[in-house]
Amino acid sequence: MGLVDKGRLPKPLTTLFNMGRSYSLWVYQWGLACCAIEMGAAFGSPRYDVMRLGVIPLPASPRQADLVVISGTVTDKMAPSIKRLYEQMPEPKYVISMGSCANCGGPYWDSYSVTKGIDQIIPVDVYVPGCPPRPEALLEGVVLLQQRIKNEDMGARWRGEGTKAIVREPIVVGGGPVE
Amino acid sequence: MTDLADRQKLSYIAAQAADARLNVELETEGMTLNIGPQHPATHGTLRIIVRLDGEQVVWAEPSAGYMHRGYEKLTEVRTFPQVTALVNRIDWLGSFANEVPFILAAEQLMDIEAPPRAQWIRTILFELSRIANVSLFLGDLGVQLGAVTPVFMAFRDREYVLNLIESATGGRFHPNFDRIGGLKDDLPAGWIAETKQVMKKLRNFCDEIENLLFGNEIFQSRLRGIGVIPADVAKQYGLSGANLRASGVDWDLRRDQKLPLAYDKVDWKVWTHPDGDSFARCWIRLQETREATHIVDQLLDGIPSGPIMAKVPRIIKVPEGEAWVSTENPLGEMGYYVVSKGDLGPFRVKIRSASFNNISIVPWVLRGVYVPDVISILASLYFILGDIDR
Repeated sequence: MGLVDKGRLPKPLTTLFNMGRSYSLWVYQWGLACCAIEMGAAFGSPRYDVMRLGVIPLPASPRQADLVVISGTVTDKMAPSIKRLYEQMPEPKYVISMGSCANCGGPYWDSYSVTKGIDQIIPVDVYVPGCPPRPEALLEGVVLLQQRIKNEDMGARWRGEGTKAIVREPIVVGGGPVE
Repeated sequence: MTDLADRQKLSYIAAQAADARLNVELETEGMTLNIGPQHPATHGTLRIIVRLDGEQVVWAEPSAGYMHRGYEKLTEVRTFPQVTALVNRIDWLGSFANEVPFILAAEQLMDIEAPPRAQWIRTILFELSRIANVSLFLGDLGVQLGAVTPVFMAFRDREYVLNLIESATGGRFHPNFDRIGGLKDDLPAGWIAETKQVMKKLRNFCDEIENLLFGNEIFQSRLRGIGVIPADVAKQYGLSGANLRASGVDWDLRRDQKLPLAYDKVDWKVWTHPDGDSFARCWIRLQETREATHIVDQLLDGIPSGPIMAKVPRIIKVPEGEAWVSTENPLGEMGYYVVSKGDLGPFRVKIRSASFNNISIVPWVLRGVYVPDVISILASLYFILGDIDR
């Protein structure tokens, strides 16, 4: 893959790769609080059936995951573990922040022990608001992320211009059109 | 301590002695294993540190606090109606059940009582949240023992209950429906007939789980005789709920306590099991889910008519005083000790949540068990992290 490393990729190949990547997202479920149950309902229940979207919710370790869903209240005691989890994931990696607590602290906005938003410790691609969000909202977040992955410039990402090329406006589910 | 502790200790010493004889040259060292803070068996973020000798646990210590959100402090800066929105999230699987004791404590302080219709609907929603809570436990139990099918069944049938709660309260997960003096709204049209249908489905679910899981030979051999908690030890550690009843103690706050709820109007049974092992704890929960569907069915038949809200001032100021109310929540006894100084919000709230006491027995019950049994015992003890750390 010499071309890829140099960041020169023919357009059809990029499209193909991006389609492959967006429909084989391995999701690591980092369930913390109430949202973990709704995430379980979205990823593990027959009604919502996430696998039809091309998402595989059961990697054995964060080292195999493309996407992590941080769902629930992140406390200051838990925050270092999340940072470490994110660092263990291989690039390219994506983060969905699920629920008000992970987005901004939620109902614990004035608590002494809650981290007000995981975007303080790791970059977030998709915010799913709600307390807790319905499983459909999480699925919507996954679909929007897949759309973004499809339009991504893989060369830039793999060249390591990562942070510059990638950091764009984060997606907010229900917050208007994307891209 | 007790007989059983001595026996565990003796068997441990005997095993040590036998090992010492065998491994004169191949002496093994202890190993410290860290389970969690993110492990499927921990229902959230409990971390358990176990010291192993071979396959046996010598010492275990739960390390809580990964989900500590400072509830007791937060309640001091919220008004009374705001606190109910907060306490929903303590035991997040049975949300409505968390509101009830707090509201009852506030009502006790204000010396008002909800009208009968509100009391009945409260009881119905209380039992529905118990069903939503425990049905997920029954599915999750399978996953932790290596059977994946039950969790799909649990999520499938739990959705029906959540839909009911949503259509009545507007909140699928956290209803925040209870008000001081009654309820926010009346039941929607057609809800009663729908609920009866769903209760039938849930009874089918219980039968399915009983046939598929509880009748399974592997399931029984993984759970029977494992993690035995005798009645006196259970009482010493302050266990409550199904964990206590599985040890043969006939104690249920729904029956033993006089509260303005409709439990005394219906005919139901408190299930106990004499064994006190992991299987008994799971079996009790299964029976209680089934019993809860019967309670709901009977309550639906006799909902009295009338208002759903008592006369309550628009701005709620709770007079000075202290009140303690506890109810039998899905996980066990949950109580609030509310101290009011006559302000808009409580002066101090002490929350007694069931799981905190239920996991305090973990160091005792895990001593001397094998590693795979750690998971099954933790699963059968059934705690929810929000309920432990608050």
